[in-house]
Amino acid sequence: MGIIKAKDLVYEYIRRDEDGNVEGINTAVDHVSLDIKQGQFIAILGHNGSGKSTLAKHMNAILNPTEGTLWVDGMDTNEEKNIWNIRQTAGMVFQNPDNQIIGQVVEEDVGFGPENMGIPTKEIWERVEESLRAVGMYEFRKHSPNKLSGGQKQRISIAGVLAMHPKCIVLDEPTAMLDPSGRKEVIRAVRGLNDVEGITVILITHYMDEIIHADKVFVMDKGKIAMEGTPREIFSQVEKLQELRLDVPQVTLLAHELKKQGVKLPDGILTTKELIAALGI
Amino acid sequence: MLRDITLGQYYQTESVIHKLDPRVKLGGTLLYIVSLFFFKNYLGYVVAALFLGIVIKLSRVPFKFMVRGMKSIIMLLMITVVFNLFLTPGTPLISVWKLTITAEGLKLATTMAIRLVLLIIGSSVMTLTTTPNNLTDGMEKMMRPLKIFKVPVHEVAMMMSIALRFIPILLEETDKIMKAQIARGADFESGNLIKRAKALVPLLVPLFISAFRRANDLAMAMEARCYRGGEGRTKMKPLVYKKRDYLGYGFVVIYLVVGIFVGRL
Repeated sequence: MGIIKAKDLVYEYIRRDEDGNVEGINTAVDHVSLDIKQGQFIAILGHNGSGKSTLAKHMNAILNPTEGTLWVDGMDTNEEKNIWNIRQTAGMVFQNPDNQIIGQVVEEDVGFGPENMGIPTKEIWERVEESLRAVGMYEFRKHSPNKLSGGQKQRISIAGVLAMHPKCIVLDEPTAMLDPSGRKEVIRAVRGLNDVEGITVILITHYMDEIIHADKVFVMDKGKIAMEGTPREIFSQVEKLQELRLDVPQVTLLAHELKKQGVKLPDGILTTKELIAALGI
Repeated sequence: MLRDITLGQYYQTESVIHKLDPRVKLGGTLLYIVSLFFFKNYLGYVVAALFLGIVIKLSRVPFKFMVRGMKSIIMLLMITVVFNLFLTPGTPLISVWKLTITAEGLKLATTMAIRLVLLIIGSSVMTLTTTPNNLTDGMEKMMRPLKIFKVPVHEVAMMMSIALRFIPILLEETDKIMKAQIARGADFESGNLIKRAKALVPLLVPLFISAFRRANDLAMAMEARCYRGGEGRTKMKPLVYKKRDYLGYGFVVIYLVVGIFVGRL
């Protein structure tokens, strides 16, 4: 069994009217099964309302499935006694950088998780230093988070999760509120964690260019997993992606159009370099 | 414009007073304030002023910052002095029209003025030399015995520090909403009081909604990072008394002994 495994996961949002009668049921996650191995870089893709955030919240036991089961490192999220171990194993980074920083000083915020876990003071300091170094924010440790840029704040949030020594980090659209340079910063930090520290990364996003480096991509639509495969496999199906209202990276689209016009090119070109090489320019 | 408001009035510098444990400063300030009400003669206030002077010197905070704190209470000070001056019954000194200044009134007014000034400067020394965060930490630790009476000490301290963290964010947001409303023709500046109060509604409603949304997000983020109240929590920066803190307490005690001895002669 992998680090995260879901079996027939269903989650329903129940809408009620003022008297508490059920008005309608929204199935946000609809019979999703997946198995994620330790050390992988996973991207979950989907447009707004596809259920990707709801799925992510299950991995941290913030939401409990209506039906089906989700295991984090072998622990069932439905069982109350597992909840804190699960949150320690699978850390979570959210979308809005301002709404997840608790401390008034960077280092205090990073220390918040370990403090909650009851780690001895000396070890908290070691963990804070090591996590801040891992995301390249060590020189900002004495700063107030209010004075930092969005990208820097998100890196602090990542460090905050890292200090809890998780096996897996779930990032729920961490770059949605950032400018392009902030996005690059965050993605670079996340890739570093995966490459250097071997932490399983589950990146939820709707930016196509962020998933190029993933080991495996899941595309969600209407609560179901619509596509699954390596980035190359996913990107070779340009028409299907467009059907799911997802944008393909420009290079991939260009290659696809060229191919349609009869130029001989391999499927699923992801970077400009690849296209240049394939065209033999 | 709203961003210019500074919160708390911490003055960043390196000094012995800054490094003191917040508990020493809190306790010391409290004792100092109480002591001001025990003196029977002016000599006591001289001792108190002297003590405060030494502390200010040690804190390396420019004196003008202390005076700045005085500005806000100048009205209160005037009213206190005037009322005490004219409304205390006793032997008349000067009498102009219907107003009479009595000897007792003069004495009371001076004492009150001295007390208030020393009290305000004394407490601003504390706020100027302690970060708000440190202050909440100190309060949490000092109030810990109240837990026996089921007072949620940790929760209150956590709320205070979160509030402090979010004040600048909400101020910025207010500024943004205000500009957005102004751009669409809202008028916050003209009209009488009622009209202006009414104009604030389109500012406050979105602000509240956004604050609740933030609170919801933050609660989720805190839970995701294993926050489950004060039980079993360790501290990254625990408060531990050092030698200078005991010296600080000693200094306060010496002041109290001398002050009460001299002041109650």
